[in-house]
Amino acid sequence: MSKLFPKSANKLPLQILIYLGVLAGIATAGATYYLTPKYTRVGYAPVQPVPFSHAQHVQEVGLDCRYCHSSVDKSGHSNVPTAQTCMNCHNVIKPTSPLLAPVRESFEKNTPVPWVWVHRTPDFAYFNHAIHVNRGVSCVECHGKVNEMDTVAHTQPLSMAFCIECHRNPEMRLRDPKDIFNLDSKNLADQGRAEDARKYIHDWKVMPPQSCSGCHR
Amino acid sequence: MAHAQPATAPAVLQEVRPAVLPRAVLVEHGRSFSWITDKICGIIEGKTPAWWWVCFIVACFVASFTVGGITYLVATGVGVWGHANPVNWAWDIVNFVFWIGIGHAGTLISAILCLLRQKWRTSINRAAEAMTIFAVVCAAIFPVFHVGRVWYAWYLFPIPNSNIIWQNFRSPLEWDVFAVSTYGTVSVLFWYVGLIPDLAVLRDRFYAAGNKFRSFLYGVFAMGWRGSNRHWSNYEMAYLILAGVSTPLVLSVHTIVSFDFAVSLLPGWHTTIFPPYFVAGAIFSGFGMVLTLMLPLRAIYGLQDLITQYHIDCMCKITLATGTIVGYAYGMEFFIAWYSSNPYEGFAFINRAFGHYSWAYWIMISCNVITPQFFWSKWIRRNTTLVWVLAIFVNVGMWFERFVIIVTSLARDFLPSSWGYYSPSIVEIFTFFGTFGVFSTLFLLFIRFLPIMPMAELKAVTPQADVHGGRHGDHKTGFGDPASIEQGGAKP
Repeated sequence: MSKLFPKSANKLPLQILIYLGVLAGIATAGATYYLTPKYTRVGYAPVQPVPFSHAQHVQEVGLDCRYCHSSVDKSGHSNVPTAQTCMNCHNVIKPTSPLLAPVRESFEKNTPVPWVWVHRTPDFAYFNHAIHVNRGVSCVECHGKVNEMDTVAHTQPLSMAFCIECHRNPEMRLRDPKDIFNLDSKNLADQGRAEDARKYIHDWKVMPPQSCSGCHR
Repeated sequence: MAHAQPATAPAVLQEVRPAVLPRAVLVEHGRSFSWITDKICGIIEGKTPAWWWVCFIVACFVASFTVGGITYLVATGVGVWGHANPVNWAWDIVNFVFWIGIGHAGTLISAILCLLRQKWRTSINRAAEAMTIFAVVCAAIFPVFHVGRVWYAWYLFPIPNSNIIWQNFRSPLEWDVFAVSTYGTVSVLFWYVGLIPDLAVLRDRFYAAGNKFRSFLYGVFAMGWRGSNRHWSNYEMAYLILAGVSTPLVLSVHTIVSFDFAVSLLPGWHTTIFPPYFVAGAIFSGFGMVLTLMLPLRAIYGLQDLITQYHIDCMCKITLATGTIVGYAYGMEFFIAWYSSNPYEGFAFINRAFGHYSWAYWIMISCNVITPQFFWSKWIRRNTTLVWVLAIFVNVGMWFERFVIIVTSLARDFLPSSWGYYSPSIVEIFTFFGTFGVFSTLFLLFIRFLPIMPMAELKAVTPQADVHGGRHGDHKTGFGDPASIEQGGAKP
């Protein structure tokens, strides 16, 4: 049979096993890094129709989150403001700026500004903004320091793991209710007050669901 | 047995002259070693017969129904199957249990009969193992596609993922994942290890015939088998170990499949009799399928000397034994439903026999309880056509058994407000119909390209392999010894 297979064929099974092992390792490592939300979502910062700067409006003007996102603490859905909200000021401030043309057009024609959606909750997951902000979860925990962003960027993975880690250990993420909309504040755990956070969880009956149907309704 | 009486035999034996029962010959007509090799290899080396092409094309066409049904399901959603509240498990799980059950005969033949030294297994074990693997393939289709978004089927396995969720190891459905995947893996290993010496035979024969390409292909899978003593000694040990590993699987796989039902609280499912009852049913259905496949093969390829009447008798008797156990289980279920005084349990069984699905129940009873009883008759066991027809009834009956258990229990549970009636959708019917095509396609490829019987093992059970020629000192072993049978056994 020496004509059928060379002698080196004896080593082939071992070689194939080693190659397959290495290949599987590379594939696993690659998928873990490149195919998970930590990579696929974080850093997403699309160009918006109006170059609205959150940093300027929060830090220079001093607006509260709720001035524009007015339903965030009242409704499950947090709204993107209508052009009416913008025009409250911009009918007198820079009323002719070409950068604001889409806003004026939206206001006149009563059509929405085509903002690009950055933090997209999938259809199969239920998320309620009001219950989170009213129980000590600040905007910054999921959206990052929007008050410092010129262009809104996705800073957290917002994967299922991200949600569940907090639902399992909410004391690591909660902050004083008066600091919810102060994105520069620290949460209780970071202030070394995890005990207070646990007391708060007890007193305010913070009971984040961990069952499937809590979010997948 | 044809043993002579020991010296200490009671004197009465001299008077009554006990009859000598010779062991059946496993390879008839004193066929030689080379005849066996030529016969088995000839099937592969010969020209592809016309009937094979006809069957293959028909099988592929039937298989396309499964491909079509599944493609439609993936493109549309799992709602294209007919399940809806309250019957959320229906044909898919029925078909899964049906196909998994069929595989059990293969494992029983290869593992338990090997450990028990039942030498008649050698002429049917290769094909039965192939049947097991192909049946597992058909079975796996149903739960995998029932998950809906099939690209997430890997969630069934405990692989770290970015959702940091973990499998529920308290669920029998998760046990099922491990039971079935272990079963599939071990069955493939067992089958392949047994094939290696025969693949080497084919490699050498094709090489001698000048067909380098096929010689190379068989050679790759023969992995350098030369038939040396060391090879054989390692092979025998590996085979024995695999037989030992597979033996618990014969019992565990269908036990765990039965846990899918028994661990729930539904009347008609929540019973302790399920594991043994399911295992007996699985072996029953498996032997039904082995008979369904082997009898035509025997006729087409003229294998009457290798699959003798004795083999058919053995298979019929196992079918009879397991079928009777299944019949006993049906009776015992009814008894316990009455004896437990549980009104829900009682209702579930009355409803099975006389409710909306009573037609299915009585098909099940006729096929599974009455059919095997015909195998008491030697005349029927000798009529291969009749045996084949009865085996088909066994297959039908065992499908209906799973339908009765799963669907009637779900359609009538505790709350009358949630009662329903289930009918399959056309997609479900096509998908199940197509799995017979998938199975047949694979089996036809197997009989065309792989040796359907283990040649080396067959040679070991021929009369001429008995080196003592039946004579050992003063004794006659009578073991497969034509001489001793001709003489009517040993002298007292």
